[in-house]
Amino acid sequence: MNKIWLIARREFLNRVQKKSFLFATILIPLIFPTIMAVLVYVAKKQNEHETKEVIYYVDESNTFVPDTSRFTFRKFHGPLADAKTAFDHSKDYGLLFIPPFKLSDPSGITLYTKENASIDDINNIESLLETRIKDLKMKRMKIGQKLLDSLQTDVKIKTIQVTEGGKERSSNSIVMAGIGMACGILMYMFIFIYGAQIMQGVIEEKTSKVVEVIVSSVRPFQLMMGKIIGLGSVGLLQFSIWIILMTTLTFGVFGYFGIESPQHQALQQISADAAAQQAAVSSKALNLINEFLSLPLGYILFCFLFYFIGGYFLYGALFAAVGSAVDSPAETQQFMFPITIPLLISYLSLFMFILKAHDSPASVWLSIIPFTSPIAMMGRIAFGVPLWQVLLSMSLLIAGFVVTTWIAGRIYRVGILMHGTKVSYKVLVKWFLQKG
Amino acid sequence: MEALTATNITKRFTNHVALDKVSLSIPEKTIFGLLGPNGAGKTTLIRIINQIINADSGEIMLFGEKLQEKHIGEIGYLPEERGLYKKLKVGEQLVYFAQLKGLSKKDATEKSKAWMRKFDTVDWWGKKVEDLSKGMAQKIQFISTVMHEPRLIILDEPFSGFDPVNAQVITREILELKEKGCTVIFSTHRMETVEDLCDHVVMINKSQKVLEGSKREVKETYKTNAYTVEHRGSFSITSDIYELTEQKKLGDTMFQSTIHVKNKISPNQLIRELTTVTEVHSFVEKVPTMSEIFINLVKGGNNE
Repeated sequence: MNKIWLIARREFLNRVQKKSFLFATILIPLIFPTIMAVLVYVAKKQNEHETKEVIYYVDESNTFVPDTSRFTFRKFHGPLADAKTAFDHSKDYGLLFIPPFKLSDPSGITLYTKENASIDDINNIESLLETRIKDLKMKRMKIGQKLLDSLQTDVKIKTIQVTEGGKERSSNSIVMAGIGMACGILMYMFIFIYGAQIMQGVIEEKTSKVVEVIVSSVRPFQLMMGKIIGLGSVGLLQFSIWIILMTTLTFGVFGYFGIESPQHQALQQISADAAAQQAAVSSKALNLINEFLSLPLGYILFCFLFYFIGGYFLYGALFAAVGSAVDSPAETQQFMFPITIPLLISYLSLFMFILKAHDSPASVWLSIIPFTSPIAMMGRIAFGVPLWQVLLSMSLLIAGFVVTTWIAGRIYRVGILMHGTKVSYKVLVKWFLQKG
Repeated sequence: MEALTATNITKRFTNHVALDKVSLSIPEKTIFGLLGPNGAGKTTLIRIINQIINADSGEIMLFGEKLQEKHIGEIGYLPEERGLYKKLKVGEQLVYFAQLKGLSKKDATEKSKAWMRKFDTVDWWGKKVEDLSKGMAQKIQFISTVMHEPRLIILDEPFSGFDPVNAQVITREILELKEKGCTVIFSTHRMETVEDLCDHVVMINKSQKVLEGSKREVKETYKTNAYTVEHRGSFSITSDIYELTEQKKLGDTMFQSTIHVKNKISPNQLIRELTTVTEVHSFVEKVPTMSEIFINLVKGGNNE
């Protein structure tokens, strides 16, 4: 046990003291908010300085009421032919021609532009006209504006989840799916990035031939576990730093550019009565926050850490076994397949159905089978998973991790001392069966 | 006392038997040659002694005790396939290896510094291994093998990769360690090293022990009762007592002959016989070299 700790500590320090670790740990969370900041900045600048495009219009129907939020409309008095000549000589964006038309069948409306008009622009003008025509139709039917306004209603469905104890809990599937997705992706990335590092480390020890020196002092199993634990700690440390840095920086960026983060808005909402419109927006954000806070966050965090560590160990040992079997990273391909497949299945299922139908039999099974459970269960956990399923899944994960570590350990102990053998699955089985 | 005794060690791998009931005993404070052609089972035996793998059957006693986990710190092993962590600094590496052998961090640091001073390499302490030359790295590797003061040192082809100067440094070090009371197991193909250094030898061929004993005993056993004689004037007598197997001309009248003695007669008797037929200039008993014994045994084994 003492030696596993020594090895884990060595691995941990090796990685953490490297400059590349420092760069990755500090730069990646910096890059993300920086990109956001740049985008936000550019968008803001553009909004400030953008001059609206000018569209001339010839309205022979006498119905058009220009809306200047997007374009500057200028009425051209005169026939279309003159308008066209004038437009040809100008540097303006477009010329809109509205012939007299029947309300029931508006046709012949044409937009002339010098460049291809974007779909956005066309949609904008179309909806402008459609609204206008709708209003005219309503007027013809003698429906007053008051009546029109009163017809507008905004329906919001509140979802309440009834838990087994009969307690009611308001739920918001967007928040839950968001948590599920974030946890699932993080898990997938973590297992792959750090699994690959374990594998690389084992190959390095094997090719530099330091391994035989080491295993004369420690059991191969201790070496393998020390490596897995050491690298796992690096991963946990790195992710913790990322999360802390990213949260801080993202809020910093939001704050600086005056874009209110949901939390910020919520606070404002609480502190002062804002204008009615803002209140509506804020209350929506506030709801999201409340939904988020009403989730059993401690429980979710616990589950995340459990599956994070469990999944990492389950796959980490397998990655170590693959590393031990080969002489160079190029040879790992053929053995990576069985490791990649369950991870890929659970990752794809996460998006294809787990987040959408978290209680479907397939989702439940994937979240119980040890190889897929770390990702699948995290996709479901926020929605609320029956306790028996969680306990079953967790026990199976522990059992699975013990089994894979045992199998991997048996392959590893033989593999690390083999050089220049052509390894196939058959050889791996032979190694596994070989006596101590 | 015996430093190590192995009794009936057998190890099977899936397709072949690596060691077949091999027994041997290694006297304390000696340099012990473990010989044998490639694939004979030497490395397997060494790995069993290092507890890297376990024997299927048989028993190993180390300094009078059954081999067990605590003995790891008493053995220093320099494998044939050896290396160091390339990215790790020399000092950190030595301390780490010693810690794995069970030393405290403080002890490990002190001892690695002492050894590096001894080899005049203290300047390398903060250097990464990848920046060292091959010879430098080999020295560091040797330090890592012996710095935890093991009582049994196992060296597998220790001189490969050393230039003659460094090889001499290491040889001196090995002899010094022996003086201090260490037992050294030497596994090598280089018979001249065996000739120079080893007190005892064991030879393994095709998973079985084919030879064991002190170097003198072995040579005594394998001597062919042949004598090399330089003489003036040729002769060609074959008698019941001796047989002339080879005679070649060295100069105008000088010849060198190899004579095999058939019966048990003393060298004196032979000289007496010879002086009657020729003028003897030199007379040497032909003692087989380790290399000859090795080749004989391996070839003999193959002819079976």
